[in-house]
Amino acid sequence: MHPIVKQFRDFFVALKLTVVLLTLSIVLIFWATLAQVQLGIWGVQEKFFHAFFVLEKLPGTSIPVPVFPGGYFLGGLLLINLVAAHIYRFRLEWKKAGIQLTHLGLILLLLGELFTSLLQVESNMRLDEGETKHYTESYRTAELALLDTTNPDFNEVVAIPEAVLADGGSLQHPKLPFQIRLGEYYPNAGLQMLPPGAKTPVTAGVGQTVQLVPLPLTYKQDERNLPAAYVELVGPGGSLGTWLVSTLISSPQSPPFLRSTQTFTYQGHTWEIALRLKRYYHPFAVTLLKFTHDIYAGTDIPKNFSSRIHLRTDDARQDREVLIYMNNPLRHAGLTFYQAGFDNDDKTTILQVVRNPSWVLPYVSCIMMGLGLLIQFGFHLIGFIRRRSGTN
Amino acid sequence: MKRWLPIAVLVLTAGWVASTLRPPQNAGDFDLVAFGRLPVLVNGRLKPLDTVARTSLLVLQGRQRVSDPTNPVPLVATPDEWLADVLFNPAKADAYPTFRLSATDSPELLTLMGLTDAETKITYDSAVMRTLAVADFVPGTRTRFSFNQLQPKLPELERQAQLAEPIDTQVRTGFQKAVIQLRDRVILYQRLKHSVQLPDSPAFLSEIVRFQQSVPAGVTAVRARQKGEAHDEAAFKAMLAAAQRYDDMGKFGYLLTVPPDAGEKDLTAWKTAGNTLLETFETGTVNPNVMAYAALGAAWRNHEAGQFNEIVRLFREQLGKRFETQLLKSDVEVRFNAAEPFYKGIILYALAFLCAITSWLIWPEVLAKSAFYLVGLAWLLATAGIITRMWLEGRPPVTNLYSSALFVGWGSVALCLILEKIYKNGIGSAAAGMVGFITLIIAHMLSLSGDTLEMMRAVLDTNLWLATHVVVVTTGYASTFLAGFLALIYVLRGLLTKSLDKDTADALTRMVYGIVCFATLCSLVGTVLGGIWADQSWGRFWGWDPKENGAVMIVLWNAIVLHARWGGLVKQRGLMCLAIAGNIITSWSWFGTNMLGVGLHSYGFMDAAFWWLIIFVASQLALIALAQLPLEKWRSFKTA
Repeated sequence: MHPIVKQFRDFFVALKLTVVLLTLSIVLIFWATLAQVQLGIWGVQEKFFHAFFVLEKLPGTSIPVPVFPGGYFLGGLLLINLVAAHIYRFRLEWKKAGIQLTHLGLILLLLGELFTSLLQVESNMRLDEGETKHYTESYRTAELALLDTTNPDFNEVVAIPEAVLADGGSLQHPKLPFQIRLGEYYPNAGLQMLPPGAKTPVTAGVGQTVQLVPLPLTYKQDERNLPAAYVELVGPGGSLGTWLVSTLISSPQSPPFLRSTQTFTYQGHTWEIALRLKRYYHPFAVTLLKFTHDIYAGTDIPKNFSSRIHLRTDDARQDREVLIYMNNPLRHAGLTFYQAGFDNDDKTTILQVVRNPSWVLPYVSCIMMGLGLLIQFGFHLIGFIRRRSGTN
Repeated sequence: MKRWLPIAVLVLTAGWVASTLRPPQNAGDFDLVAFGRLPVLVNGRLKPLDTVARTSLLVLQGRQRVSDPTNPVPLVATPDEWLADVLFNPAKADAYPTFRLSATDSPELLTLMGLTDAETKITYDSAVMRTLAVADFVPGTRTRFSFNQLQPKLPELERQAQLAEPIDTQVRTGFQKAVIQLRDRVILYQRLKHSVQLPDSPAFLSEIVRFQQSVPAGVTAVRARQKGEAHDEAAFKAMLAAAQRYDDMGKFGYLLTVPPDAGEKDLTAWKTAGNTLLETFETGTVNPNVMAYAALGAAWRNHEAGQFNEIVRLFREQLGKRFETQLLKSDVEVRFNAAEPFYKGIILYALAFLCAITSWLIWPEVLAKSAFYLVGLAWLLATAGIITRMWLEGRPPVTNLYSSALFVGWGSVALCLILEKIYKNGIGSAAAGMVGFITLIIAHMLSLSGDTLEMMRAVLDTNLWLATHVVVVTTGYASTFLAGFLALIYVLRGLLTKSLDKDTADALTRMVYGIVCFATLCSLVGTVLGGIWADQSWGRFWGWDPKENGAVMIVLWNAIVLHARWGGLVKQRGLMCLAIAGNIITSWSWFGTNMLGVGLHSYGFMDAAFWWLIIFVASQLALIALAQLPLEKWRSFKTA
């Protein structure tokens, strides 16, 4: 074997590498746990775990510098280390079966985490009592939606992802009879009444009387970023106007001066323009029949939250009532709906909706690892007892 | 003689433990034991008044005894007597020093409450005591004050608490925390006082009897007034005033003392006395249960023991069949409270530890065996205690931080007993004594924040997962700690004594290795089971939540220890150092993660615990550093 190849092999199969990687992982996890107080759970996942390197900005600048290996890096190397060591040291022996099973399970677990981080989609569904929805909403990503609401039976929707808004420029879409010119974009901004005499670039919609106040990004778990942007629509005959769009506008939780929807007519069609949380449409409808919130007598300690909902698929094959409560989610069409919260004086339920195609991997790996360790330590124990009874 | 000594130790201590299982006795004519057994609903749980009395005293002042430092006799014989005074004779209770407020916690708060040196300094009558006070053998300053002493400054306390409240708990200053803590204690005390009567009423029983008589006329007056007809203005005003009084009492009352009405199916629908009194406007008669408690109060204040005991008996009798199981539980809980198995355990574990370490120096067999028996007895006691708690609560053993401390101790000691049975060298007993003692002390500190049999929040309310994930992962904590403590014994014995011979050192190494294997299995399976619980409930396996991270850190650490050992990166001493570092990781996962402000537990304790955590981590680091001394410096390995 070529000495360089051998060096490579020896590096990747070494137990020393395992120990170093595991130690670095502990440091990473510990650091991330502490950082959670500042960054919140989402920020931490992005910065520490779903990254190859932990980046820190150089003090006083905005230049990111890698300061520590991230989750992908360590997890990836561990995976290589594990697989390489297994191929290199593999012997078909009963005594090794436990160890091999454990590590195989671990490989599966790491792969499962990787797939989950790549494929899992989390969204939520907010329902008032009696309300029906066909879609779930993202927690954090917004989209610019242009809806043709002319036909009362259905809406034609063109949605532009938030990431595109941030890039700016002009957009043209075959379903839109006008061009979208993207103005200034703010990832987090508050809105307030426009003070008399103040100027605004907005020429149409609610935004004409509103002032935009840019805010720093928040990472707190109980706070959301509220993106906003200026958008100009341009038809062949010139500008149709500049709108201010924000997730605060036309939201039922906003103050009254922001609640109305922004609509306009163009060439005989009625259009609505809105920046809203990204929607995922599903081939079924969910109606909230009743939300219940029980507490223990004489306390505020929650005993149970439950949502009685009606689920109806578009093909009408399923049409049933379901009770979703703590630790008892609804699983339907590859999605898990669980009771995440409530609002509006117990009249509104918030369901968390998760799609995780690789959900089965941890179960398999758990069984493999548990069994593997039992076999491995069982051999140890039996050997130990034999030796002792031999010496006595 | 030497053969019989360990047996004698066992018989003596077992006799002592058995003596505490006797039913509690009354000190005077009043049947306060039966009174303490009466069930009330608090924080969602039906519990005996005895538990209310004990936990309230712990929350208010950190101990169950009510006494004055200058008086060797306690002011009340039992917590039940104290509670009877608070409920029925608040004027007397207001003078008991039951609010803990010490200069070491917050000197500014003492100043705020107007407590100057004149109030805090203790002047003993006897010269001996004065000398002892100077030498700090008896307290020189008061740390507990009465409601009467606090009362003048309560408005200022409330103002300060309102200023401190909007600030996030993590960034509050020591003073702000102390203010809020004291304010909450005062509120608890005041709510207790409003539970069965109104503290400002000189004779509550006569008041509600008069109220009942006046209701028909009063209701007529109110109706007439609503219709705009002529009415008795005095009767109307009296009704309005009564409604206001009982409404306040209902809102403020802490104990739900009135059992649900006869037709009510929900047996947890207990009510406060105040709210029940408001029902009188509809029914015309005061609820007999409210009347019964008011009559108890009158009998208590007038020192009529016979009457008091008879009312308690009748009250219990009418709960009768309907609450049979609850009454049984309530009786058992009172016996459990009185037996204090975990306090006894603290003493037994400490004795066992002393016996075991002494056995390495003199009388190895006698002392090691005695230690083993003591540990066994303490462990049986802890087992009985944990099982009783499980039965009372109808839950698996670990439901909160307090019960996790009990269980970590129980699990570690069980492993130690096995080790001691195999090796018979006192090491298992010493580790058991140390871990058992420390975990029970931690449990005791945690119990200061209130009732330890609290109701489970909705998300935790699944016995299957509590029984599997929580138990397995807690066993993982327990075994990782145990490996660390065994390693501590190795380092300390090797460094400081000559008793660590090669056989003992090898035996310890095998013990640590075996326990780390077990810890790896438990922490790994427990952590993954937690992930599966999360997937079952929320559709996601892993969320990088601090507690999850803590658990996975323990798994990784155990894996590091094993791999380092297999790869030959560490030998005996290195293994021990890694195992000690495991203590740091486990203590972080167990308590540190709760201090980040995501836990559900009282910041009051967790704050103090933070410093303990730092001290613990520092001590472990120091021991690891000490273990790096060259082996020639270790007393056991000195050649010469």
